[in-house]
Amino acid sequence: MKLYCLSGHPTLPCNVLKFKSTTIMLDCGLDMTSALNFLPLPLVQSPRLSKLPGWVLKDGNTFLDKELKDCSGHVFVDSVPEFCLPETELLDLSTVDVILISNYHCMMALPYITECTGFTGTVYATEPTVQIGRLLMEELVNSIERVPKAQSASLWKNKEVQRLLPAPLKDAVEVSTWRRCYTMPEVNSALSKIQLVGYSQKIELFGAVQVTPLSSGYALGSSNWIIQSHYEKVSYVSGSSLLTTHPQPMDQASLKNSDVLILTGLTQIPTANPDGMVGEFCNNLAMTVRSGGNVLVPCYPSGVIYDLLECLYQYIDSAGLSNVPFYFISPVANSSLEFSQIFAEWLCHNKQTKVYLPEPPFPHAELIQTNKLKHYPSIHGDFSNDFKQPCVVFTGHPSLRFGDVVHFMELWGKSSLNTIIFTEPDFSYLDALAPYQPLAMKCVYCPIDTRLNFIQVSKLLKEVQPLHVVCPEQYTQPPPTQSHRTDLMIDCQPPPMSYRRAEVLTLPFKRRYEKIEIMPELADSLVPLEIKPGISLATVSAVLHTKDNKHVLQLPPKPAQPPASKKRKRVNDDLPECKPLKPLLSGAIPVDQFVQALEK
Amino acid sequence: MLDCGMHMGYNDDRRFPDFSYITQNGRLTDFLDCVIISHFHLDHCGALPYFSEMVGYDGPIYMTHPTKAICPILLEDYRKITVDKKGETNFFTSQMIKDCMKKVVAVHLHQTVQVDDELEIKAYYAGHVLGAAMFQIKVGSESVAYTGDYNMTPDRHLGAAWIDKCRPDLLISESTYATTIRDSKRCRERDFLKKVHETVERGGKVLIPVFALGRAQELCILLETFWERMNLKAPIYFSTGLTEKANHYYKLFITWTNQKIRKTFVQRNMFEFKHIKAFDRAFADNPGPMVVFATPGMLHAGQSLQIFRKWAGNEKNMVIMPGYCVQGTVGHKILSGQRKLEMEGRQILEVKMQVEYMSFSAHADAKGIMQLIRQAEPRNVLLVHGEAKKMEFLKQKIEQEFHVNCYMPANGETTTFFTNPNIPVDISLGLLKRETALGPLPDAKKPKLMHGTLIMKDNSFRLVSPEQALKELGLAEHQLRFTCRVHIQDPRKEHETVLRVYNHLKGILKDYSVQHLPDGSIMVESILIQATAHSEDQGTKVLLVSWTYQDEELGSYLTSLLKKGLPQSTG
Repeated sequence: MKLYCLSGHPTLPCNVLKFKSTTIMLDCGLDMTSALNFLPLPLVQSPRLSKLPGWVLKDGNTFLDKELKDCSGHVFVDSVPEFCLPETELLDLSTVDVILISNYHCMMALPYITECTGFTGTVYATEPTVQIGRLLMEELVNSIERVPKAQSASLWKNKEVQRLLPAPLKDAVEVSTWRRCYTMPEVNSALSKIQLVGYSQKIELFGAVQVTPLSSGYALGSSNWIIQSHYEKVSYVSGSSLLTTHPQPMDQASLKNSDVLILTGLTQIPTANPDGMVGEFCNNLAMTVRSGGNVLVPCYPSGVIYDLLECLYQYIDSAGLSNVPFYFISPVANSSLEFSQIFAEWLCHNKQTKVYLPEPPFPHAELIQTNKLKHYPSIHGDFSNDFKQPCVVFTGHPSLRFGDVVHFMELWGKSSLNTIIFTEPDFSYLDALAPYQPLAMKCVYCPIDTRLNFIQVSKLLKEVQPLHVVCPEQYTQPPPTQSHRTDLMIDCQPPPMSYRRAEVLTLPFKRRYEKIEIMPELADSLVPLEIKPGISLATVSAVLHTKDNKHVLQLPPKPAQPPASKKRKRVNDDLPECKPLKPLLSGAIPVDQFVQALEK
Repeated sequence: MLDCGMHMGYNDDRRFPDFSYITQNGRLTDFLDCVIISHFHLDHCGALPYFSEMVGYDGPIYMTHPTKAICPILLEDYRKITVDKKGETNFFTSQMIKDCMKKVVAVHLHQTVQVDDELEIKAYYAGHVLGAAMFQIKVGSESVAYTGDYNMTPDRHLGAAWIDKCRPDLLISESTYATTIRDSKRCRERDFLKKVHETVERGGKVLIPVFALGRAQELCILLETFWERMNLKAPIYFSTGLTEKANHYYKLFITWTNQKIRKTFVQRNMFEFKHIKAFDRAFADNPGPMVVFATPGMLHAGQSLQIFRKWAGNEKNMVIMPGYCVQGTVGHKILSGQRKLEMEGRQILEVKMQVEYMSFSAHADAKGIMQLIRQAEPRNVLLVHGEAKKMEFLKQKIEQEFHVNCYMPANGETTTFFTNPNIPVDISLGLLKRETALGPLPDAKKPKLMHGTLIMKDNSFRLVSPEQALKELGLAEHQLRFTCRVHIQDPRKEHETVLRVYNHLKGILKDYSVQHLPDGSIMVESILIQATAHSEDQGTKVLLVSWTYQDEELGSYLTSLLKKGLPQSTG
């Protein structure tokens, strides 16, 4: 059994597991932090961004000044943003049989894999994962495509040239694999290859392996996966949460007795407590609005935003914010809000009970009804008519490089009354803000990452007791910025096997048994012999049939009796066709009896 | 236990199943591993609170999420009609419904639910009503599939039933429409709209008795789009407070509806009706045309029956029965042509209004049932629900086409059938690989024999190589050798005799390995043959044949072959 590690990002994993005769890809996360190296894509012509000076090498060479711009003391690539793909050369991806998706954040590279590598297999994911994943992709494609940029930059990617660049561009890894965003037709084609599955559904792969998604508690429809044969069990844990938010709780019990547990997608902010962050979020929001400022919340169109809206629903009246408009701006805002209400079966118990009443599970339905929350596809159109300040705006993208958020950064960045509150943990907020400096607006960093922290992990591992743990190397040492925090790493016995991008691990597995079925007729013909008390042996001579990786033993065909004729043309007619095996001889020999028998 | 329904045609003890069939002494919980409810229609879940709270059952009850949501509402509705309106006592209470629902475990489609160590169940989409499911029930390699009510053709709001090729030992299928091959849905819809339209045009009132959830929504979508297209003004009403609520369930469980509705729900939710308004009792006496959907669907009680009594006397009006009616209900009576009905208090009600029947109930027709059998490939089929004569016909058809046994037991009858499952054992990978490593034989049709030893200990069965078995059990292997001397008349030198024997055997045993070894002996497979001159008679050579017990067949064959002597011509 082998594990091919195609992504170096621990929360956006992409691994390929070869198990028995199957090749299974586990997630295909897209590392979008690469976009931070690019200039923002403004929706409205920005005089500031369009007049940036080109970057000049120390020796005065200007050959890169079309591609690289100097902005606020940093160098950015002036082209359509590009993303860092999973490794595509480590193994032939056209041999991948299936792709298992654990949550909608971990499928963003799917179109690159299914459309560009000769992939012909099936993708498995839950219905909410697919629907919300589609929304995320739609938003991404939309926010990049509606700001057409003719220019593409490639000179800087040359290894010789890249060496000469300032950090962080100099240290950017795998730049040769960076690609532009996919298109909607590619998204549609990729999504059409997905087969929907439900929690605890057992899916047979070629009769050899069974895969099962389990609730992981992190997002709507998010799942961990069990990959097992009759004797071996691999658990793939990716993006799990033990906190009580909106999704169905994590199923831990089914992870027990794993031979190998692959652990990815832990919290990116192990030191922050999500509950505390939510409180801080509300306080900062209220303070800003009360003093007449606007609040900007860069976010994804689904996920934590549902929880934030729910908190605000309970908070705004008591905080006296009932008259402050909340705007949710995204091409998929409406769809996201609508979809969240129809996945009752994937929600936590409390929300499920509401549906039985029948009431919408999320209170944002009421916020919309009472006009406190308004949603718009973009800043153009209706929004510009309804827009009232001070207000709170939720919009994407959290990288601050594309989407409607770019416009609000330009609009509100100059005033210290306004506040930007970062809640999504995927991007460093300092890097995200870099091209907007100097900034007068207040910045508050309240990352909300509900995924497992290291304390929860060690509790989980004690509970489910896997024989071996496999995880990204980042989890086997303290974070680089807090090297003294040895509590911020995985601690288990035996120590975890770690992997890094482009590595191949051989998993410690000893397969010793396989299931085989004995046909009833054959079973009837067996003669068991009790060798020791409670232990019987029977010699089996049978015909082995193997079909679709299932093995069946049948009664051997009776040797065809030669017709009893006097003329025997060939002597070997009565040679036995197949020889039934004699039992092995063992045990005590009754010598005396034997001699007596001979004497007779 | 599969479903727990009530009979609409009875008002006495017979309306609930006779649970003493399960056990007469002892608790039901001890006899049942679980209860599975296929969908929320009362003929499938109406006896549930009676069963669990009054007779007594504490085990798990499984149903899908929409069924779990809607079932208690229909039960409460049913209870109100029976207790509050008819004044019956000895019936389950609201609290009992709540307590009963606490025992319900909701299941997802296709989720494998492990009921206990052995029993697992899995739900499939059945189409019939929102949340309707078919269930596969499995223990080891043996399984039963139970369809509940299902519909194999998608309609205006639900998709078609689907099951995979699960090859159950038994498929229990409903057969309500055992012989009906229904005309295309579109024709029926057109017919329905035409009749409603005509009645409204001539100023008549149309009563459509329905159950609050299910067909009602389909017909509402149909009328809503028709009213919009034709720009009609006559009011459409939906009786009972359930309307709004019912439609809400459809909105929240939209993932259970058909593909088209699911795809477009963000833009336009099909269950938000513009033309259909809530009904008030007083409207029934309003002059002019109107269309009213009223519950319940079989005209056996409640508002639909009240409105029916008001409108029955006018020949301009029409009642359209969109579904099946159980014997004993007013619905069944008027559909079978009865025009004078005896109501409560010996009152005679004369029915002058037009009575129409439109089969809108979403059951599989004969074609659909055959299609499901083809999909699931069961080894036995058991038909339930339907009229005996028609079922008999379908039974024959199934037996003819699929060559499987088909049963149709009467109430209270037990059907026994036998399965013959394979026995799963563990095979050591070494043994299996040794067998498969030999690769495909040149003649694929020739069976390949595998030899192993089955170790049976407690309840575990392991198939290993004979050597491993002995080793594991600490047994020493005995060697048993047979040695036989064959005398041959041959004056030649020993090595020449050997060569003659070798050529002889080589000629006969074409498929075997026959070797002439440098030390002058012959090996046939693992059987050793040596020749020595007879100590007294040089013209006689003694052939020593030696073989192990494993080669008994070949050894004795060789001996008897050599005893016949060598052919003269050879050598």
